[in-house]
Amino acid sequence: MPTDDHQNKPAPKPTPETEHYWEGTKLGELRIQRCRECGQAYFYPRPSCPHCFSTDVSWERSSGRARLHTYLISHRPAPGFADEVPYAIAVVELEEGPRMMTNIVGVEQTPESLVLDMALEVAFEPRGDQSVPVFRPRRDS
Amino acid sequence: MSVRAQSTIVGAAETTRIGVVPDVSALEMHAESARLAVEDAGMLMSDVDGVAAAGLSPIAVAHYLGIAPTYVDATTVGGCSFLLHVRHAAAAIAAGLCEVVLITHGESGRSRVGMPPRVADPTSPQGQFEAPYGTLGPPTMFPMGVLRYMKEFGLTHEQLASVPVAQRKWAANVPRAMFREPLTVDDVLASRLIAYPMHLLECCLVTDGGGALVVTSAERARSLPGPKPPVYVLGTGEAAETPLVSQMEDFTTSKAFRLSSASAFAEAGVGPQDVDHLMVYDAFAHLPIYGLEDLGFVGRGEAGAFIAEGHTSPGGSLPMNTNGGGLSYTHTGMYGMFLVQESIRQLRREASAQVPNVEISLAQGVGGMFMAAGTLILGTAAAAGV
Repeated sequence: MPTDDHQNKPAPKPTPETEHYWEGTKLGELRIQRCRECGQAYFYPRPSCPHCFSTDVSWERSSGRARLHTYLISHRPAPGFADEVPYAIAVVELEEGPRMMTNIVGVEQTPESLVLDMALEVAFEPRGDQSVPVFRPRRDS
Repeated sequence: MSVRAQSTIVGAAETTRIGVVPDVSALEMHAESARLAVEDAGMLMSDVDGVAAAGLSPIAVAHYLGIAPTYVDATTVGGCSFLLHVRHAAAAIAAGLCEVVLITHGESGRSRVGMPPRVADPTSPQGQFEAPYGTLGPPTMFPMGVLRYMKEFGLTHEQLASVPVAQRKWAANVPRAMFREPLTVDDVLASRLIAYPMHLLECCLVTDGGGALVVTSAERARSLPGPKPPVYVLGTGEAAETPLVSQMEDFTTSKAFRLSSASAFAEAGVGPQDVDHLMVYDAFAHLPIYGLEDLGFVGRGEAGAFIAEGHTSPGGSLPMNTNGGGLSYTHTGMYGMFLVQESIRQLRREASAQVPNVEISLAQGVGGMFMAAGTLILGTAAAAGV
């Protein structure tokens, strides 16, 4: 389970194109982008739509609701994860459509507890001076 | 323009030793295999006018060997890079840019002698959107889709474990393979978990070694024949999907496999039913499953049972990974070179675990974590119709 070791975990370093995303996570907001041309939401942050190539795109706040799409459970600790092995590295599908890699928190890291398509909601964890989105079982589900 | 059968592989060799080779640097492994491949082609190093390499720069390799090439290809897209080098060489030779291309691989994957350092970049997409979640090398990324595949298609843990079991049966007859002892599904499932659902024996080896190829025109292969029968490049393909495994379009199939193989089949004018021998890059046990389906050898969801029932094992209808693969033979890191080497040995009738009557062999490579793909369809002179 999560420990105080978050500061030793790899921290993201924003680029100009992703800065708005990382400003959002510090405020407890998961920000994604949507194309005004084709209407599709997308992740990871970039100034052009990967579906139709338009540069007419906007930012919005994701509901943070997601489903567990797939995962694996690593038995070898990455830096900062020594107290957590085995731990799941997951891909979730946001309600808005895009998928992202994440960790699943607040639940045992076992195949029995981590059921594909289970309902999740976003939470945030520190990584260095940044904050990254993680997901926990949805409370109202 | 199709370049079908206009180019041939006339020289092929692996380093004398593979496996644990702590007394040879990565660069010297490129060079040793280069010397052996040129000798295998019956050529001199001075005949080479093109050099391609991945892992280390082709310029470093060429200069080390004493060549000033007038064609260079540094395409580096992971373990399938060498399959792309063959494709590019075939096109360049057909276009008249060069005549004899040397393609080299050398990697001290296990001993790490003379290897560039691994550098993490926290500003890269992977550094920002994957590494913070505790990824640690390919075992924590490549199998990301396996549980989704299991849920969608009913693949069982036993079927997944049957992949290394099938390949060990081939390795039993391959003296150079690192592991040759018989293996059971129970052995695989009893080995320790590396990244659930993958056990240790469902993950590739980590070894040292190298290999090289010499590609030239079919015309030169006929007018200046070497000691070995030329292997014809019948069809080729390449494709790229995503640098981030988490952004795969569909976790149960590789878009790069599909695009790359479709291109190769179209160029060769053959289909899966025409392939006598198959190599599918097996960094992990699920790759041959994805490969069999994405290339069209079996239907969606059928590959696990197909392998478990023995169809890819010795005596089966579709001999696959006959050197034992990355799971039993060797896996230096960029294993793709060894796929091509085994396809060539089978077509030349010089493989350790020789399959009878191989006229067409297909090698399917992967780069990164389903990041990129390369496909080569190779054949004998009879298959090429020459």
